[in-house]
Amino acid sequence: MLPLTLTIQGGVDKDGTPDAVNEIEIARGEIIGIVGPTGSGKSTLIADIEQFAYADTPSGRRILINGLVPDQELRSDPRKKLVAQLSQNMHFLADMQVGEFLRMHAKSRGKDPGLAEKVIELANTLTGEPIDPHHQLTILSGGQSRALMAADIAVISDSPIVLIDEIENAGIKKQEALRLLSGEGKIVVVVTHDPMLALMASRRVVMKNGGMTRILSTSEEEHRIFKDIERVDGWLTSLRETIRQGEVVA
Amino acid sequence: MKMVVVAGTPGSGKTSVLMYAVRDLLRMGLAPALVKIDCMWTEDDNRFRRLEVPVAVGLSRDMCPDHYAIYNFEEMLQWAEKQGASILLNETAGLCLRCAPYPDKAMAVCVIDVTTGPNSPLKVGPLLTTADVVVMTKGDLVSQAEREVFRERILEANPGCRIIEANGLSGKGSSELAELMRSWPDISGEMVLRHNPPLAICTLCTGELRVSKEHHRGVLRHLDGFMEYTGE
Repeated sequence: MLPLTLTIQGGVDKDGTPDAVNEIEIARGEIIGIVGPTGSGKSTLIADIEQFAYADTPSGRRILINGLVPDQELRSDPRKKLVAQLSQNMHFLADMQVGEFLRMHAKSRGKDPGLAEKVIELANTLTGEPIDPHHQLTILSGGQSRALMAADIAVISDSPIVLIDEIENAGIKKQEALRLLSGEGKIVVVVTHDPMLALMASRRVVMKNGGMTRILSTSEEEHRIFKDIERVDGWLTSLRETIRQGEVVA
Repeated sequence: MKMVVVAGTPGSGKTSVLMYAVRDLLRMGLAPALVKIDCMWTEDDNRFRRLEVPVAVGLSRDMCPDHYAIYNFEEMLQWAEKQGASILLNETAGLCLRCAPYPDKAMAVCVIDVTTGPNSPLKVGPLLTTADVVVMTKGDLVSQAEREVFRERILEANPGCRIIEANGLSGKGSSELAELMRSWPDISGEMVLRHNPPLAICTLCTGELRVSKEHHRGVLRHLDGFMEYTGE
C-alpha cells in the first residue's frame, strides 16, 4: 500500500478571520472527526477536501496530498479519484433502475460493472427492507438510499480517502457502516454530532463560524467513556430492532 | 477582445455561476462586459449590475432567441468595445435545444443542472455536444455516485469537453472557469457557427396558427420519422 498523507492548510472563517488551526496532517489508517454546531462549516470543510481546494473556494483553504498540490486529473477524473464521499443526501434524484445505475457508476470509475450485484448485497445488510436491482432509485426510502450509497462507496468508489457527512442520521446501522467504509488503511474524515462516532476518531477538528478553531485528541478518559457509550448504544440498538420487528420489549 | 457564450437550460444556474466568474475575472485584472439575452423577460441584469460592470439586455420577443443572439453578435462586440471591455460574456437562453448559439472562435460554455437526471446530457443536443466547457451545477444536491454517472453521460455526448463541477451558491468551480476564460484566444476574422440550425423556415415562423397538416409547408417530419418536402 502506497503511503498517503492528506494535509489541510487553514484558510478563513465566514468573517475572513484566519483559521486558528493552521495545518492538519492525516495519515493512512486514521479516523478524524469534524464537530461543531449546525451551520458552523463542517460540510464546507468536507467539500474543500472533496474537491482538493487550492485557495479557490470561499474558505481559501488548501488541500495537499503527500505534501504536494494534487494534479488536475486527480481532482476531477473519477477513474483516478482518491476521494469517496458519503454526503448528507438522503435520496437519489436519478431516474434510473438501481442495477443500471450501479453498472454505469462502476463504468465511470473504470471498474467491472458486475460489481453492481455485490453493492446491492452489501447494502441489504445495512438496511431493513431489501433493495432489488429493478427498483427505481427514486422510490427507495431514505435508509435504503443511504445504505446503497454507503455500499457503493465500499465496493465501487473504493478510494483511499473517505469523507462521511453525518452517517448517524441515515437510519442505517451507523457503526457497521462506518467500519465498512473505513476499510483497511484508509483516511477517514467523519462529520458527526454522535458521541460514539466522535470518540471513535483519534482526533477531532472543532468548527465555529466557518473556521477551524482547535483540534482535540481523544483522551484516555474519553476512551473509557467510549466503552460505556458503546454498551448503551448496543442496548438501544437492540431495543430499536425489537420495536422495528413489532415485538414486545422485555 | 475575448468572447464567451454561456448557454444552458432555464434555472440551471448560468447567472449564478457567471456572477462568481466575473468577480474572478475582475481580480485577474480583466475588464468584462455582460450581455444577457432572453426571450420575454429578465431581471438578471439587476444582479449583474451589482458587480459594477457594463451590462446590456436583449429580449428576442418575436424572433427566435438563438437567431436573435447570433444576428446581434457584431453589435454586442461593438458595444463591449465602446465600454472598454477586454472580454465579452454573453449569457443566452438556448431554448429549443436544436440550435447552439456558439460561434467557432468564442469559448462555448454549456451550464447543466445535475438534478435533472443522468439522461439530460443526451437530451440537450448541440448546446452540449458542441461546447468547449460543460459546467455541472447543483452537485451538492445529489450523491457523489450520481455526479460521477452524470459526468460519464456528459462525456458520452461530448468526449472532448472540459467538465467543471461548479456551485452557484458557494462559488465552487468559478475560478477554474475564469482561468479558462482568461487563457482563451482573442476572436479575429469571420466567425462561423459550430452547428447547423434546423432545416429552413417553417410555416409557424410565418404566422400560421391552424394545426391541421394541410396548412403546413417546408421540410416536415412525421411521428414515425418519415421526412418530406411539401411546397412549391
